[in-house]
Amino acid sequence: MKNLLTTTALIAALALPQLAIADGHSDLDPDAQYGGNITITYKDDVATLDPAIGYDWQNWSMIKSLYDGLMDYTPGTTDLRPGLAESYEISEDGMIFTFKLREGVLFHNGREMTAEDVKYSLDRVTNPVTQSPGAGFFGSIAGYDAVSAGEVEGLSGVTVVDPYTVEITLSRPDATFLHVMGLNFASVVAKEAVDEAGADFGKTAMGTGAFRLGEWTIGQRLVFEKNADYWREGLPYLDSVTFEVGQEPIVALLRLQNGEVDVPGDGIPPAKFMEVMGDPDQAAQVIEGGQLHTGYITLNVNIPPFDNVDVRRAVNMAINKERITQVINGRAVPATQPLPPSMPGYTEDYAGYAYDVDAAKALLADAGFADGFETELFVMNTDPNPRIAQAIQQDLSQIGITASIQSLAQASVIAAGGEADQAPMIWSGGMAWIADFPDASNFYGPILGCDGAVQGGWNWSWYCNADIDAMAIEADSMTDPDMVDARLQMWSDIYMAVMEDAPWVPVFNEQRYTMKSERMGGADALYVDPVSIPVNYDYVFVTDVQ
Amino acid sequence: MLAYIARRLIMSALILLGVSFITFALLYLLPADPVRQIAGRSATPETVANIRAQLGLDQSFIVQYARYLGNLLQGDLGRSYLQKTEVETLIASRLPASLLLMAGAIVCELVLGLTMGVVAALRRGTGTDNTLMIVSFVGVSAPQFVVGLLMLYVFAVQLRWFPIGGYGTFAHFVLPAMTLGIMGSGWYSRMMRSSMIDVLRQDFIRTARAKGLGRARIMFRHALPNAILPIIAMIGIDVGIFMGGIVVVESVFGWPGIGQLAWQAIQRVDIPIIMGVTLVSACAIVIGNLVADIASLLADPRIKIR
Repeated sequence: MKNLLTTTALIAALALPQLAIADGHSDLDPDAQYGGNITITYKDDVATLDPAIGYDWQNWSMIKSLYDGLMDYTPGTTDLRPGLAESYEISEDGMIFTFKLREGVLFHNGREMTAEDVKYSLDRVTNPVTQSPGAGFFGSIAGYDAVSAGEVEGLSGVTVVDPYTVEITLSRPDATFLHVMGLNFASVVAKEAVDEAGADFGKTAMGTGAFRLGEWTIGQRLVFEKNADYWREGLPYLDSVTFEVGQEPIVALLRLQNGEVDVPGDGIPPAKFMEVMGDPDQAAQVIEGGQLHTGYITLNVNIPPFDNVDVRRAVNMAINKERITQVINGRAVPATQPLPPSMPGYTEDYAGYAYDVDAAKALLADAGFADGFETELFVMNTDPNPRIAQAIQQDLSQIGITASIQSLAQASVIAAGGEADQAPMIWSGGMAWIADFPDASNFYGPILGCDGAVQGGWNWSWYCNADIDAMAIEADSMTDPDMVDARLQMWSDIYMAVMEDAPWVPVFNEQRYTMKSERMGGADALYVDPVSIPVNYDYVFVTDVQ
Repeated sequence: MLAYIARRLIMSALILLGVSFITFALLYLLPADPVRQIAGRSATPETVANIRAQLGLDQSFIVQYARYLGNLLQGDLGRSYLQKTEVETLIASRLPASLLLMAGAIVCELVLGLTMGVVAALRRGTGTDNTLMIVSFVGVSAPQFVVGLLMLYVFAVQLRWFPIGGYGTFAHFVLPAMTLGIMGSGWYSRMMRSSMIDVLRQDFIRTARAKGLGRARIMFRHALPNAILPIIAMIGIDVGIFMGGIVVVESVFGWPGIGQLAWQAIQRVDIPIIMGVTLVSACAIVIGNLVADIASLLADPRIKIR
């Protein structure tokens, strides 16, 4: 007999000042006006709108506006809330999730969404034929291994109980499961649209989201139109959102100043940043927010002398993080640990390895490298990363380490990092880790865990500590809602243990700066939304509706 | 003539084959792994292996190339790894814009460059000549990005005569075409100048003057048609340069051409697009040169086909 546990949502609701009513009535903005269009620009073309595949800076938030999943986040925050699932129950052992779907949710083609659609979508994203980059997130669902190996077509762990109830059984306890259900990869798509479009589905959209795809002129513009039948009553505010692609950030800024563009999607170009912030009128239109981002230097523990922990600690103490943040005009906060400050599980008051050149030199000498050594620093070749690499190089030379800079294209640096013996040091800029979902575990697995220390993996320091891996598995098995704090404490301990071994030098956490036009309204947090990056299109509005 | 064209077409086909082989080989030898780009950073080794097998990237070089060539001969350029869209669709959506810009740029270059060159030649050795040559030198040396942004800033942002980048109307077309035109005109003006000086020195020009023909008639009826021959050949080369290098101007003006498509594909190691754009560009270059050569043949009866 399954026990009815209080859902995490109810606990969260009790903690919040307002009750999270299932249909989201409570978060409507009383000042919002209905209507109008906004224009967002991006430099790169939008590769795809297929939620199973889209994993880019541009399409992540676009997909959030076209599609919905079982779980969602309160806008502007990292707090989970029910999405297409009106409510859910978790079994006593944390292995069975039963989601009760909302009734009357319509796809953009008018058909009602049912549990069959949920199953279809999850089967599709884990099916190897789809080639989804997010398939691995669903690894804890029972039957995943069989589907991933191509032996069966559907996940045995996802069952349709009735048209509005989906039961998902896990093969192992997974404390991040609800976050995974809030990822784009778990969005619900309509089977008939996928069948009709075939391999071109990514150039169309058929979801249940606040907006529908109106027009897509490849290489030029996409237009999203308001979904008048959206199940969250009162949303969205805007009639349409126009995305213009192929726009250089500097030209986008000129157009914003001219009143043609509402938000330059790629942000303020670094070259204009000081000028914009120095002008009070323009600075007033810029919103600053934290991101779930950390920039770091990886030290390859396979390549001597970085196999010596004292050498790694010495490097940590030699890096002047304040100076490096000046290279990017102060748009970051120096980091002490792998997690960014806004991530639950961040260890407050941890000083890390303080900048101390003398202590670093002494430690290096104790380790037997009083005369220093030569090494290589790999970096992505787009600005400002080479300049940051030069700053790092200077810091290293202070303690006798001669680092030659290898400035390469992004794909080449990633390839070098994925080999066991090629890149002794890599500056992660441009490829730096931004969390997929707001949970502490997301900063571990692929980049610090043993699973990532494989050929082609993203654990470029090749750090593999079986004890810490075991702690990580234990932490993610803590699915009991009463153990949330204990779990976060465990993750804090994990990252502290990682810092003891110092396979990384955490350098800074970049701040996000979104510039918007004067006519745009809505809470500031919506413009630096940590989940719907960069802007939450469902909740923003314009103030000059005729 | 027909035999000549047929021979050239066969040569062109061989050139394109060679281009496809070399490009494919270079992409194959790159250390960057396209499968990693597709699989993303959170992929498990099984996902990566499966994608590699599905795309046939675990096969040997010869097998992969043979398959690509086979598809190509049937008119199939394949599907983008990252967008999953057919390469034809992507190129077709952007090629017209690039060709249009190229045509506009060539017109601008010719108008500006030829005028400058002729005037400089006629006023050889004077201040006008020197000024024009300095101007053309600056045009040739100035970086595309700077010229483009300056034009945009002055004429679109400050003077508001044109829209700030974009595509769609003639107004959108003027600034990017002029940017490219100004830069290319440097080459044409210098070439035209020396060609004109050469022609004006010829005996038949002296004869024409002795016959009492007016200056204008000598210019347009005798001098120009002869001076312009090397220019025609140059246009053929120009097509090649354009197909390779207008990505910067496209970026600055937000012009949806294939340069932007190629740049993004190169960053992400999206091999089908890179191959497709390279082959399409090679086609354009080959055809452009062929047309230029035929035009030279037709224009100058002194050139004989051998």
